[in-house]
Amino acid sequence: MSAEDTTGAPLGPRPQIDMLRLLRQNGGLVALAVILLFNIAVTPNFLQMQTLFVIISQVATIAIVAMGMTMVIATGGIDLSVGAIMALAGALAPLIFLSEFGQAYPVLGLSAAFSLPLGAARLCGAFNGALVAIFRVQSIIATLILFISGRGIAQVLTNGNLQTFSNPAFSYLGTGKILGLPFQGWLTLGIAILLSLLVTRTVFGRYVLAVGGNERAAELSGVPVKRVKFGVYMIAAFLSGIAGMIVVAINSASDAARNGNLMELDAIAAAVVGGALLQGGRAPIFGAILGAIIIQLVKYTLLANGVEDEVALIAKAVIIVGAVYLQQARKE
Amino acid sequence: MDAYTVDLRRTISKNPQSIAVWVALFALIVFGLLRYENFSGAYNITSFLNYNSMFIVIAVGMCFVILTGGIDLSVGSVAAFTSVIAAYLSPYGLEVALPLAVLAGIGFGAINAVCIILLRIPPFIATLATMLGAKGGALVISGASTISVDWGSNFTKMGMEKAMGVLPWSIVLVMAVNIALWVVMEHTPLGRTVLAIGGGEDASTLMGLKVARATAFVYLVSGGCAGLAGVILASGFGAGQPLEGIGWELSAIASVVVGGTLLTGGLGSVPATVAGALLLGLVFNLLNFENGRGTISFSADWQMVDRGAFLFAVILFQTRFSAGAKLGVRS
Repeated sequence: MSAEDTTGAPLGPRPQIDMLRLLRQNGGLVALAVILLFNIAVTPNFLQMQTLFVIISQVATIAIVAMGMTMVIATGGIDLSVGAIMALAGALAPLIFLSEFGQAYPVLGLSAAFSLPLGAARLCGAFNGALVAIFRVQSIIATLILFISGRGIAQVLTNGNLQTFSNPAFSYLGTGKILGLPFQGWLTLGIAILLSLLVTRTVFGRYVLAVGGNERAAELSGVPVKRVKFGVYMIAAFLSGIAGMIVVAINSASDAARNGNLMELDAIAAAVVGGALLQGGRAPIFGAILGAIIIQLVKYTLLANGVEDEVALIAKAVIIVGAVYLQQARKE
Repeated sequence: MDAYTVDLRRTISKNPQSIAVWVALFALIVFGLLRYENFSGAYNITSFLNYNSMFIVIAVGMCFVILTGGIDLSVGSVAAFTSVIAAYLSPYGLEVALPLAVLAGIGFGAINAVCIILLRIPPFIATLATMLGAKGGALVISGASTISVDWGSNFTKMGMEKAMGVLPWSIVLVMAVNIALWVVMEHTPLGRTVLAIGGGEDASTLMGLKVARATAFVYLVSGGCAGLAGVILASGFGAGQPLEGIGWELSAIASVVVGGTLLTGGLGSVPATVAGALLLGLVFNLLNFENGRGTISFSADWQMVDRGAFLFAVILFQTRFSAGAKLGVRS
């Protein structure tokens, strides 16, 4: 894959190489098209609005978390604690509006139910960020701490019980519709636009890419590396908090043991499929959404065609390895 | 080579934490002996060693991987997979089930090695995929239910009986494996290469060390150790358990870190990792005793929180010491 390819080798293998390159550069879109065509041909009742709603509401949570993950990966880090933060924020929200205070003052209770869990999520982000940026702990290990204990805290808070509730205002987060499409779909779009502006139009965004591209060079040229790293973990945790609350709102119940379980894998997979480089230096925000759609569609396709959940796990493993392999090849 | 002589002072100055973990282990044992009368009872010791033998062997495999600067997240799922394999093979006896199940674990290690070395996929992602694959595989071959072992054969002997009536067979076997791996690490070119890779992969390659071979070796070892843990699981609990193994990779990583192995690779040892795994197990053993006395109330949910807090404390401890160690190298 060097300059030779472009200087025009006579005939021979050249068209094939171009095909490969095309596949590598637009692999995500090609994969999406293949899956969609497959579903239209094979899956019964695929072309219906209902399917679209289901997929949007399921993709939204993965996409929101994956965008945060993309920001972390862009600095060369990784955040394993996203699922646990989802569980924590998701467990806190109903606790607050179901409490005596929340029942007595519904409006205050509801605003606290939105703001306090997000505050807790940001606290988790600050914890991760401090460990990575200030104590220089590897991101895998640093976020492993909350990966283990975050869900534990959520389960301690709820005594390990399922909390069901009926609160139309809160549930709007997961079941509301604007212009006929699910609210969380619009929320995802809004977050994506904000984040991509952040990445492409602000100094912080350029710093993020600089840190991921070459941390030492960035530091030497005056980039506040610690602040940037701290910032991306805050963003990832904040977005995870939102996603956790959406899941709770969809189900009208919070289950600390299952909310966000294995979400870190989905989010990493979505980010990587969307074009994020694990070494850092790239932050394709809309790519993360594309990746989330692909991951979710594969899951949907397998389940809708009667493939067992367990086999779907293996399929996900193959997708992750395949996507990373294609990336490595592209880089070399 | 002075590798054959143990220079205690050099060892301590090189890796103070590996000494700290032995001191902490000793202190906790003394504490337990003084505070709880059943602590030294045969039942507690046997069940403690039986249960923790799985975590010890996985931690030692993980130690090899981390020494090269890699990570193996697949160990828990692989152990679950091999426990199912071992349960299916148990009618043919331990002498058939044990090697074949360990071989299955090594097979997963080989998949990791191929992905990491040939396809150049980062260890974290490659082993994450194997984790999913092994979990899916375990659920598929078991039909998502526990597989009972054959109680008529000698298979359950390993997890439930004692060698010469003293120590459980599981811990005897695990210790034999540990000693073998320790010798490999300290006294063979392969082991020294493993350490060198963690110190600097490019430098090791330039020095002509067989980096690819040593890297493949550590993932095969880790897979094999996970395989053995799966056999112990099936043998000790009388069933192959496809849903077990969740979070085992974390316990293993924590044990390795507690034992003073640097997560960036290059520094660490087998005995210190064993001590780290024992220390981690002992903390929970003591907390259970304390729970039994009623001084603290300790639900399973708290266990996760405590495990995270413990890992946090150890990491803070290590960042201080590893900063010191790095300075030591420079001066």
